[in-house]
Amino acid sequence: MSSYDDLASQALAEIEQADGVDALDALRPAIFGKKAPLTEAKKGLGQLEPDERKEAGQALNAARQQVEAAFDERRAGLAASARAEALEAERMDLTEHLGATAGGHAHIVTQTRDRLEDIFIGMGYSIAEGPEVETAWYNFEALNIPEWHPARGSFDTIFVNLGEPEEVMLRSHTSPVQIRTMENQEPPIYIVCPGRVYRTDTADATHLPAFNQIEGLVIDKGITLGDLAGTIDQFVKALLGPDLETRLRPSYFPFTEPSAEFDIRGADGSWLELGGCGMVHPNTLRACGIDPEEWQGFAFGFGIDRLAVMRYQTDDLREFVNNDVRFLKQF
Amino acid sequence: MKVLLSWLREFAPDIDGDPVELGEEMSALGLAVEDMTITGEGLDGIVLAKVLDLRPHPDADKIQLVDVDMGDGEALQVCCGAFNMSVGDLIPFATIGTVMPNGMEIAQRKLRGEMSNGMCCSAAEMGMGEDHDGIMLLTNTIDTGATPLGTPITEALGMERDVLWDLEVNANRPDAMSVAGVARDLAATLGVPFAFPEHTYTPGSGLVTDEAKIEIIDPSLCGRFLARTIHGVEIGTSPLWMQQRLTALGMRPINSVVDISNYVMLELGQPNHTYDLDTVPGGHIRVRRAHEAGETITTLDGVERSLIASDGVIADGSDRAIGIAGVMGGLDTEIGDTTTSVLLEMAWWDPPSISRTIKRLNLPSEAGTRYRRGADWGENMVRAVDRFCQLIGEAGATTATGTIDEHGTTPDRAPRPVRIARVNGILGTDLSATDMQGHLESIGFDVSDVSDDSMQVTVPTWRWDTETETDIAEEVGRMYGFETITKTVPKPEQNGALTPYQADRRAVRSALVGAGCSEIQPMPFLAPGDLARVGLPEDGVTLTNPLVHEESVLQTSLLPNHLKAVAYNQSHRSGPVRLFEVARVFLPSGEDQLLPDEREHLAVIISEAEAPAAVEMLDILDRTLALPNVQLRPSTPAGMHPTRSADVVIAGKVRGHVGEVDPAVAEAYGVAGRAAWIELDLGSILDGPHGNRKYSPISKFPSSDLDLAFEVPDTVTAANILGALRKGGGKQLVDAHLFDTYRGTGVAEGARSLAFRLRFQASDRTLTDTELAELRDACIAAAQKQKGVTLRG
Repeated sequence: MSSYDDLASQALAEIEQADGVDALDALRPAIFGKKAPLTEAKKGLGQLEPDERKEAGQALNAARQQVEAAFDERRAGLAASARAEALEAERMDLTEHLGATAGGHAHIVTQTRDRLEDIFIGMGYSIAEGPEVETAWYNFEALNIPEWHPARGSFDTIFVNLGEPEEVMLRSHTSPVQIRTMENQEPPIYIVCPGRVYRTDTADATHLPAFNQIEGLVIDKGITLGDLAGTIDQFVKALLGPDLETRLRPSYFPFTEPSAEFDIRGADGSWLELGGCGMVHPNTLRACGIDPEEWQGFAFGFGIDRLAVMRYQTDDLREFVNNDVRFLKQF
Repeated sequence: MKVLLSWLREFAPDIDGDPVELGEEMSALGLAVEDMTITGEGLDGIVLAKVLDLRPHPDADKIQLVDVDMGDGEALQVCCGAFNMSVGDLIPFATIGTVMPNGMEIAQRKLRGEMSNGMCCSAAEMGMGEDHDGIMLLTNTIDTGATPLGTPITEALGMERDVLWDLEVNANRPDAMSVAGVARDLAATLGVPFAFPEHTYTPGSGLVTDEAKIEIIDPSLCGRFLARTIHGVEIGTSPLWMQQRLTALGMRPINSVVDISNYVMLELGQPNHTYDLDTVPGGHIRVRRAHEAGETITTLDGVERSLIASDGVIADGSDRAIGIAGVMGGLDTEIGDTTTSVLLEMAWWDPPSISRTIKRLNLPSEAGTRYRRGADWGENMVRAVDRFCQLIGEAGATTATGTIDEHGTTPDRAPRPVRIARVNGILGTDLSATDMQGHLESIGFDVSDVSDDSMQVTVPTWRWDTETETDIAEEVGRMYGFETITKTVPKPEQNGALTPYQADRRAVRSALVGAGCSEIQPMPFLAPGDLARVGLPEDGVTLTNPLVHEESVLQTSLLPNHLKAVAYNQSHRSGPVRLFEVARVFLPSGEDQLLPDEREHLAVIISEAEAPAAVEMLDILDRTLALPNVQLRPSTPAGMHPTRSADVVIAGKVRGHVGEVDPAVAEAYGVAGRAAWIELDLGSILDGPHGNRKYSPISKFPSSDLDLAFEVPDTVTAANILGALRKGGGKQLVDAHLFDTYRGTGVAEGARSLAFRLRFQASDRTLTDTELAELRDACIAAAQKQKGVTLRG
């Protein structure tokens, strides 16, 4: 019996001395192979008396199991420390990276415009576009602004040297797109027209001669001023948050009647004018071949740049057109 | 339009309440409050003082030393930056310790070595109007016998606490260009009474009809002309209360007659004009259009102006022009210090006619603004001449008996039918006819024949711009309150969606951003010469009224502004940069086209990079849009590097250029180093065929790769070889690309080595060695068909 224990102790000592997985594996034949002492001992069992044999067999088995368990345990331990050592050797400081290629940035106005477009698409609108150089018909006359009208002066129009004097201009609002849409499309119409517009405003922190606007137009049966107020309320809440309040205030635009300004009220309780709106003037509908007795509609418009300013708290509109990457990369 | 609470209350005494809330009421009526000031408050410490002496500051040019007397006979020295005072003038003087309306506290201080013991005040500094130009002079308005020096200024000027609102009045509200008109609106919304005060005068002995004669030659120009003659006029200063109100409303007091004229205009909204009666023979005035042949007049600003046939003219009996109707009077008939008799004109002019002349002559004025929006042609004109005569009567003048009242053409204001359902249909309300009647009558509209379905509405004469059923609906809505209308949202039957064009344009932007490009949005303006500097024709459309000469041409190419952008960033040590833009260019169009040929272009500039960087951007676009058959055709586009540029040909059509900016052009724009450049007509590309992606099943069979290197003369492009290889390999060649180029030892002069990696694979079987050998031979043969191309060992 004790001889089995000796055999086991000897094997255990060898296992303990192995200093790596490979060295341990190399011991395997000497401990468990055909010529190994424990294997040889098993052969010797047959020479024993039956009653002794049983007891000796159990003892030998126990010794062998003890050695096998120690081997497996030692092997797992050695493998784990080898892995730990290898991993430690390749430890890396992830902040130690060289500057990757600089990322690109969509313009602050594009980002704002896309967001607005998406909100209106969600409300069932399409996006309409049109030329930036326009005729007086589309920019003024079809919009119920005859040649003598004082409102013409208020648009501070930039004219171009084509046609008769003051016949062709850089559009001073995106409303010409509304006219072109009404001319080309049967109602119902649900569109927004984003785009660049131009006025003789000297560039400063809050003005640019080229700036961006978005206008909406709805022509359908039974459209009311209440629909306009509700639509403005809906998109303002979608854009700026559900807690914002909106209101309409009577105003004047030649192409809408009734006309209104729309204000928003934020957390601080003060009202801020956001844009203009109104029910499309019957003269404008008629100019586009739409019967105002059958169809009614509303229009609204506001500045995209201003929303970008509000959202990002920029302080100088000129940055929008200055092409300075130090500005562009912030958004 | 500015209004004072005290003035409004002369028409509606019950207007009262918190000034901010009253302002909100006016905003809700469409009279947006732009500014509000409480006047006559915070002036404690400001007293009446007299200027005793003026002398230069020994050590400063922009201030002088003033000695003032506050009533104790002592000379108190102050330093003052204004120079409009004379010795003996009476002025408002802020003593030490006074806190001004703007919060500034007056302290004793030294200015360049001289003591200053207070401050001489301008009207603006006291919150009384906008006149910052000088110290407020009270010399002619205060009698020191009744009001001794040292009297608090509020007492000396009879000032009381008042509220001044600056209102934004829209072009369709001529009525609100007067204190009375604002009072009418506000009284209606507050539900308090509104009435015009009685102003009477005692006429003199003479008859106006003996002293003046008015002929309206062109009734389309002048709808109504009221005239009176006034005698015993003394040109002096007007009473202090009048000066204060004029100042508060932003008009400078001039003299007793001009001030009354302005006062009546501000109060009742009726502009008027005064002639020195002695300069108008027989008081005879003829109202007509200017002569077809043209005529000239010297206006009271001393400028000789040429008139055209559409201008309105006031002529005298000899047909000499003595005024431009509704725009400006003539110099010859202007009232002056010696004037004793005045011819008063109170007229109504056709708004479009006045508007055209104001615009043509660029002569805006307070009167013109009211005329072009449409003044009142009704009873208010008589009220206004009465008010004028009453005020000038208080100044000692006498008005002759009677009124000349000539009529031309005025707008038709017959009652018009208004449908109740239509008004509710516009507003989204459910108001009864009686509700509407109440709202309309509260602001002076006449309503009759009211039934459940309709009513007859007469628009008052003070609402020139209000005419149609829709206009009337707006008035109902305004008085009902826009904020009261229930908010609803219409539900369109259509789906909202980007068009394919718009979706693709977004995809292009995203792809370029992903490729490290930042989007710029320069204004599309160029300076004259910018196009020539990039070798393009100087045929950009020019602006008639550019803000600056450097921004007077519309771009026909995105290149100039991109070069400027790179130069700007380089000069700010931000670089290298990759910038892109999607923007309009404006190409000159044919004779039969009025508008320019406007196109949407896409451009990318990569600074400090060579041509292949731009070609890479084209590859990105190709992958993003699945462009059909993109080819590079060597060419020398304007502004681009002559040997490193190509036309981009898509499905057989030239859609732009790619390559490098001509080094000379880059230098001309101050760009350092090379710049890769691509500009495409994105609009045409997106409108053309693209995006046709077809699935091909992925083969389950193994593939084989093969590398082939050729010596290729410089006359043959890599694209040529690739094309040949594809042809040779047929459908079993599933991929082919250039992976190495080499020039030097072992390769002939004027040629380079191009190495291609080819992958062969069949969809239905494993290719045998024999098949692969045949494919290899076919590819080599195809490549070598190009002149001078040989397989390298």
